[in-house]
Amino acid sequence: MMGSENQGFQEAHLFATREEMESLVLDDPSDHGGNNGKSVSYSNYRSAASSLASTTHHTLSPPIIVTPADSDPLLVPPPYRSSNSNDSHSYIEPPSYADVIFSPFDESSVSEFNGGVDSNTNSQNSDSFLVLSRSPSSTSDYIKITVSNPQKEQDTANSLVPGGNTFVTYLITTRTNIPDHGGSEFSVRRRFKDVVTLADRLAEAYRGFFIPPRPDKNVVESQVMQKQEFVEQRRVALEKYLRRLAAHPVIRLSDELKAFLQVEGKLPLPTSTDVASRMLDGAVKLPKQLFGESNTVVAPHEVVQPAKGGRDLLRLFKELKQSVANDWAGTKPPVVEEDKEFLEKKEWIHDLEQQLSNASQQAEGIVKAQQDMGETMGELGLAFIKLTKFENEEAMFNSQRVRAADMKALATAAVKASRFYRELNAQTVKHLDTLHEYLGLMLAVHGAFSDRSSALLTVQTLLSELSSLNSRIEKLEAASSKIFGGDKSRIRKIEELKETIRATEDAKNVAIREYERIKENNKIELERLDVERRADFLNMLKGFVVNQVGYAEKISNVWAKVAEETSGYARESI
Amino acid sequence: MEQPRSVSGASLSPRSPSSPPFLSISVTDPVKLGNGVQAYISYRVITKTNFTEYQWPEKFVIRRYSDFVWLHGRLFEKYKGIFIPPLPEKSAVEKFRFSAEFIETRRQGLNSFVNRIASHHELHQSEDLRTFLQSDEETMQRLRSYETGIFIKKPADLMQIFKDVQLKVSDVILGKEKPVEESNPEYEKLKHYIFELEAHLAEAQKHAYRLVKGHRDLGQSLSDFGKVAKLLGACEGYTLGKVFSELGAKSETLSIRLQKEAHQLLMNFEEPLKDYVRAVQSIKATIRERANTCREKGELAETMKLKEINLGKLVLALSDRVGEAEIEYNESKAESEEATRRFETIVRRMSDEIVQFQEQKTLDMGIAFHEFAKGQSQLANSIANAWRSLLPKLEACSFTQ
Repeated sequence: MMGSENQGFQEAHLFATREEMESLVLDDPSDHGGNNGKSVSYSNYRSAASSLASTTHHTLSPPIIVTPADSDPLLVPPPYRSSNSNDSHSYIEPPSYADVIFSPFDESSVSEFNGGVDSNTNSQNSDSFLVLSRSPSSTSDYIKITVSNPQKEQDTANSLVPGGNTFVTYLITTRTNIPDHGGSEFSVRRRFKDVVTLADRLAEAYRGFFIPPRPDKNVVESQVMQKQEFVEQRRVALEKYLRRLAAHPVIRLSDELKAFLQVEGKLPLPTSTDVASRMLDGAVKLPKQLFGESNTVVAPHEVVQPAKGGRDLLRLFKELKQSVANDWAGTKPPVVEEDKEFLEKKEWIHDLEQQLSNASQQAEGIVKAQQDMGETMGELGLAFIKLTKFENEEAMFNSQRVRAADMKALATAAVKASRFYRELNAQTVKHLDTLHEYLGLMLAVHGAFSDRSSALLTVQTLLSELSSLNSRIEKLEAASSKIFGGDKSRIRKIEELKETIRATEDAKNVAIREYERIKENNKIELERLDVERRADFLNMLKGFVVNQVGYAEKISNVWAKVAEETSGYARESI
Repeated sequence: MEQPRSVSGASLSPRSPSSPPFLSISVTDPVKLGNGVQAYISYRVITKTNFTEYQWPEKFVIRRYSDFVWLHGRLFEKYKGIFIPPLPEKSAVEKFRFSAEFIETRRQGLNSFVNRIASHHELHQSEDLRTFLQSDEETMQRLRSYETGIFIKKPADLMQIFKDVQLKVSDVILGKEKPVEESNPEYEKLKHYIFELEAHLAEAQKHAYRLVKGHRDLGQSLSDFGKVAKLLGACEGYTLGKVFSELGAKSETLSIRLQKEAHQLLMNFEEPLKDYVRAVQSIKATIRERANTCREKGELAETMKLKEINLGKLVLALSDRVGEAEIEYNESKAESEEATRRFETIVRRMSDEIVQFQEQKTLDMGIAFHEFAKGQSQLANSIANAWRSLLPKLEACSFTQ
């Protein structure tokens, strides 16, 4: 255990570090949770270990696991060293994953993203890392977004209640090297309302795509809105959301996102109006539509949006009627979703979502159990440290001192193991978070599918319109032909109807094009989902497994040492 | 441990002087008997010995927990000053559930109990032990119900209550407020040590219990996760799906391994700690006994003095009650001397016992720690190996995507 020769600076330093930890661990018996003691030993250890990490590899000493400064320094010293001073075989063991566990997350390519991030956005690293792993060809381009610095601001212009309308803005900083963005660093202030606007505009512009869902609006009082915790939660959620947008190959280049990230001051995107005013507008239009004074045909530019979110109540009613007819009347609509492949895929997505939900839940179960283990192990260690001190202080016989020494060994190991469990868990959380991410993505998939079905509904509605218009013309022509010379009023009516048909035809064509476009987007996105999901899940599994292996090895070593030290007792038991 | 600690000069003699004396006992074969509330477990107690005092060289009897309680009580009464080996807990609640684990831990506890008695240099000579090991079941039942039927509590507990009452009464009579206590700084230190030790050990045991539970919970979570991973694998299909399925299978395997370890931990780590706590409680009982005896000694010494003074007065007064008084005085003197002897026996025994106790506990704990560390190390290795076996497949997967 203790090298008999002094082999140089590094070895002495290493030895001192471990002793330091052991003595530190023993010096806080009264500390129940042990937190203070731990942080003391932590910081001392950290300073000792970082100097260790910075020394270059000394040829006379065994290879030391050098990890970057921001990873946990407690893992730096090797678990134990044999007294064998011959270095050529002191550490040559089969490749141990104890050495490897940090590499996936600490490679320099990802460390760029690590710089400047707050300490509590650790979980975000996985997003940036995923971007990298999926597109090896474009490793050179990136968008890095940070949300920080929440501040309260007053809406001076519109407040009915003086000083009443306060809201929070966040600082959004972007760093990118995509030429399209016309710049490399941007900094703007945005409020949550702006994010809602962005999300709505993206939903309109990118129908059929799997658009990451935005964070929820919270219908809460302004009191809660300004609470520290809530603001911090929202900040984290916003950052996650924007980073997901930046990870989407199409959306990251969108004008909407660019405007949001770059344009200082007021967000230059049309705001969404609330449901009430939309309905009001629609209600105002409706009578005119019904009496034929206003255009009853959907304008082409409106056709490309679903009826639901708009102001055209008449259109809403028509499409509703159509969907009812589809479902209940038993009549086959003029155009149906025939793509079998799509339908199968849709069902499969449904199944996947279910499985992901279950997996996500059980993953949380593992995390909780690992957490408990770590805590209990630590508490056990502390209890034995107290016992050790006690026995030493009150010793009347040598057997007590021997026991105290044994307990100390056990306690030290338990505390070490406890730390390993906790680190293992922190990593596990990061890895299994992928499951949660994809579960969230399912929402986006539903959105894209619903874009498709509402576009289809629009097409179906227009086709029904057309056919009913045509049949009206037929009837009128039939009736008109019975009268000699034609029926002036009927003929006029026919002409009007023909006009309407032409407009409706235009609308129909636009609608069909839109539907086809959305179908195409769906297809592309589904393919992308398959590729990316497989890669991400594979990474997740690899990370998870490597992590488990690495820490299990470390923990095993810690206990093996104690088993070795107490092996004398083994001979005595029967 | 089967051999008596001191082989020489014991009052029990081996059958054949050439072979070493031995008394080997095992408590085995738990069987549930009876129904409902009256259900109990019976154990087979097998004795192999070459002591002549024992009627048979090999004999087995059927005993139940209350029989062991009887034996414990008798030893406690007769061998004051000795730390009687502790019994496993009574636990009225668990009895109804009679889980396999409970039965096994109880059996082991009872086995340790009798074997420790058999290995103790004084206790192994006990007649009550012989009765316990060799009497037929009816005799045992009679003895047991006599002691435990009439008195609901353990004999020792009841005696304690009587003595406490005695103390208060005699205090009033003698006009004393405080009982006589020894002033022995080393002994005070020991008492203080024992009381604090119990608290520390109880805490350690509590965490050991949680650790056992922690292993079980982790095992359960891995099992649950394994199941859903398999389902997810079925959904995913292709190579990735296979990997998920294998991961799920490994997870389930590890779950079983964890449950096993939890059991080992219970038996080899938690139980020894509980045993340690019980041993300390036994010492506390002895401490109480010593205090009682000390008090008695003091009281009887006082009484004797009073009688002596009284006698002296009567002698001077040439009273005709001198004879009576002399008899009283002599009786009182004998009692006082007897109490003093008893007290000194306790003190002597305790000082031997405490040395033994510390050594034994260091040994017991050493074994427990070793098993614990070994178990944890092996568990971690199994976990590492299980997960490691997946890595080649994971590597292969990334090439065949």
